Amino acid sequence: MSPDPIQRREFFKRAGRTGLAVAGATLGAAWLYDPQDGADHFRNQQIQGTRRLPSFTAERPAGAVQMAIARGTNPQELVRAALSEMGGIGAFIQKGDVVLLKPNVAFDRAPLLGATTSPEVLKTVGSLCRDAGAARILVADNPINQPEGCFFKSGIQRASEEIGAELILPRPSAFEPIEINGEVLSTWPMFYRPFEKATKVIGIAPCKDHNLCGGSMTMKNWYGLLGGQRNQFHQRIHGIVSDFPHMIKPTLVVLDATRVLMRNGPTGGSLGDVAEKNTLIVGTDMVAVDTFGYSLLDRDPATLEYLHRAEARGLGTTKWKNLNHREVQVG
Amino acid sequence: MGITHTRLISQIFFFGLFLFFAFVTQFGYLKGYPVSLFLEADPLVAIATSVTTHTLYRSLVWSLVLLIPTLLLGRIFCNWICPYGTLHQFTGWLFNNRTIAEQVESNRYKKWFSLKYYILIAMGVSALFGSLQIGLLDPICLLFRSFTISIFPALDMPTEWIYVRPHSHHLAWIVGFILFFFIAMNLFIPRFFCRAVCPLGATLGLLSRFSLWRIERDVQKCVDCDLCLQRCEGASDPHTHLRTSECFVCFNCIDDCPYDALHFELLPSRSHEVTSPDLNRRTALLTGIGALLFYPFTRRSGDLDKNFNKAVVRPPGSVAEPQFLERCIKCDQCIRVCPTNVLQPALLEAGLEGIWTPVMNMRMGYCELNCTLCGQVCPTGAIQKISIAQKLGIGEFTDLGPIKTGTAFYDRGRCLPWAMDTPCVVCEEVCPTSPKAIFSREVELTDRWGKQIRLTQPYVDPKLCIGCGICEHECPVKDHRAIRVTAVGETRSKDRSLLLSTHNDETPYQRSSS
Repeated sequence: MSPDPIQRREFFKRAGRTGLAVAGATLGAAWLYDPQDGADHFRNQQIQGTRRLPSFTAERPAGAVQMAIARGTNPQELVRAALSEMGGIGAFIQKGDVVLLKPNVAFDRAPLLGATTSPEVLKTVGSLCRDAGAARILVADNPINQPEGCFFKSGIQRASEEIGAELILPRPSAFEPIEINGEVLSTWPMFYRPFEKATKVIGIAPCKDHNLCGGSMTMKNWYGLLGGQRNQFHQRIHGIVSDFPHMIKPTLVVLDATRVLMRNGPTGGSLGDVAEKNTLIVGTDMVAVDTFGYSLLDRDPATLEYLHRAEARGLGTTKWKNLNHREVQVG
Repeated sequence: MGITHTRLISQIFFFGLFLFFAFVTQFGYLKGYPVSLFLEADPLVAIATSVTTHTLYRSLVWSLVLLIPTLLLGRIFCNWICPYGTLHQFTGWLFNNRTIAEQVESNRYKKWFSLKYYILIAMGVSALFGSLQIGLLDPICLLFRSFTISIFPALDMPTEWIYVRPHSHHLAWIVGFILFFFIAMNLFIPRFFCRAVCPLGATLGLLSRFSLWRIERDVQKCVDCDLCLQRCEGASDPHTHLRTSECFVCFNCIDDCPYDALHFELLPSRSHEVTSPDLNRRTALLTGIGALLFYPFTRRSGDLDKNFNKAVVRPPGSVAEPQFLERCIKCDQCIRVCPTNVLQPALLEAGLEGIWTPVMNMRMGYCELNCTLCGQVCPTGAIQKISIAQKLGIGEFTDLGPIKTGTAFYDRGRCLPWAMDTPCVVCEEVCPTSPKAIFSREVELTDRWGKQIRLTQPYVDPKLCIGCGICEHECPVKDHRAIRVTAVGETRSKDRSLLLSTHNDETPYQRSSS
């Protein structure tokens, strides 16, 4: 018998504390217990996309104009003319819409070098959307070069500010895995933040040479929505580019071929690489628009593999002349 | 409001200003702010670079703004301006749990506080030979480097406040823990760094011998209570003969003296002070000899010439390596402003002398073609201020050609189209020059299953390659890239050129565009 026996009360207090600690440790272990083995571990590692992009196409009457080609020297007038041939911006943008404009700002280049979307074209499209009652205009791209420099030097940042658009930068938290279920791309990290709010999407692409896939136009422009290991796309580039019209159904695409990067693409870098083609195309079928655009690069669209892959998958047509299209000369 | 309150306001103001400049040293915010002001006004930077280069580079004349008040008033920089000093003082105050008696003891001068003078001697002697090492411990360089390499990237992790694409830095943990170590030391020895380590403080301590004003004790009023030591920042013994070279002019002693025995006086008697630092001649001599040997020992390791490291690709506009080591103060402002994160602090890649100097690491980033920000912020001209036209070799610089930082080489055993029958050429796509330095040849091959395949295989045109490294950065062979940039062919050094330079090197492409 110990000389100083403890009181009953203290006994319960101390034993109770120890009991709680034992119970806590047991419950904690049970809660954290992980029975999975290697088979489960690596199976679960395959990212499952939780989201898909909805369609952003506008409802239009049967027989509406699907593609408009405008020729002339003033880009602003070309945008207005082409859109008015399409039935006016009001056929696509309604009051209260949140419109995402997706320019190609892949490289840190001045606008005249033809490697990025013309800020003037972006501005005109944006202000027309505003006039049609758009509540908000968003501008977003995930460039290859350093983003701040690309938006600044391409003039897209200033253009966005001037039309009161919100520039969304590709910060890490802006990306989420998206289910694409394409021919090549299944689930891939996408620059998703702009799509949380957008109700309409307009792709605005320059028309340019591309060293690997021939040409970069409205289809290739959607590359800028993706994140992750994009440098692996080149291993199956035509499959990837033909996945884009499956991945996203934009409201409209605009192909800016006023200044065309004829060679040394997609980066360009010299005024000598650029030709003035004074053409701008607006359409709802990006395969058709790009088929026409490729001829402006002085190349035969029959040789551009991704167009035909997309056509074979029913994602558009290379026979743009069969579409309800308009051609207009401005000035 | 007393003088110590005024001092506190000054400290908060300059600390805030330092933070503001450190934050805006990036592409989106830089505008015209004089972000290098603290470094340009740093007398140690000015004096040491004058010793190594025999010139006072551009804005370093601003150092007179600090030098002259020091000559008049003593080390006021240490406790009125220095943001690193403020950080130490703040930490000491925040964690202080000493009794007044313990505080008094902790603030007595200790003989080993003269360590900083030996550090300064070592750095001064190596500077005489053209090896600039002050940046290792200069407080402004050290603090800016810590923010660049460790603090901002850490702050960005949970907040995304600083970068669009997060920056990482080689050995950020070392730089971060060096900062943490010096800050934590305040708990054991108040202002450990300032009192015992700081070479800028040592410089100002030496200069303070000329100061006309200092703290003076009225022995008639003094009762030797030693309460003046209670919050003495510099441990400069105001309770007896003041050690002028140690005094930070914080004025706490005047505040704390219950008998009004201490005053800041013009031209007090020399006999009441310890004017010169507490130096042992033999130790000083030995330190000097050690530093003297540092130069031949490091230079004959061959790091600068015969055995130069291929991975030491310096930013565009950098001067040749020996001059670079005369100028670079390791402040890492260039690394802070670099928009792509390609600039990284070296550890031993550039030799012992090159610790914390900027090198390009193409796995981290690449050199943006139309960017010269690193040279714009460099306060000492290690990276020269160049224009875009000069970098690209266009306009009035056509005859000089573009500034090359190195040359890209293929590793055909790792390249997908060369070794693995797989299409790729991302490198060609992103190559920013016009015409592209990377070109490809289309080949028709029979693969191992007998199928005919077409592949484009890439090559480098060394005449056009500028060593920007975007090819290496974007190469999908992530671990050891299939195309890598090395320093050979860099413009800054004739010894490291690759191609015989000839006149009229015009490509057929250029002929066709003109």
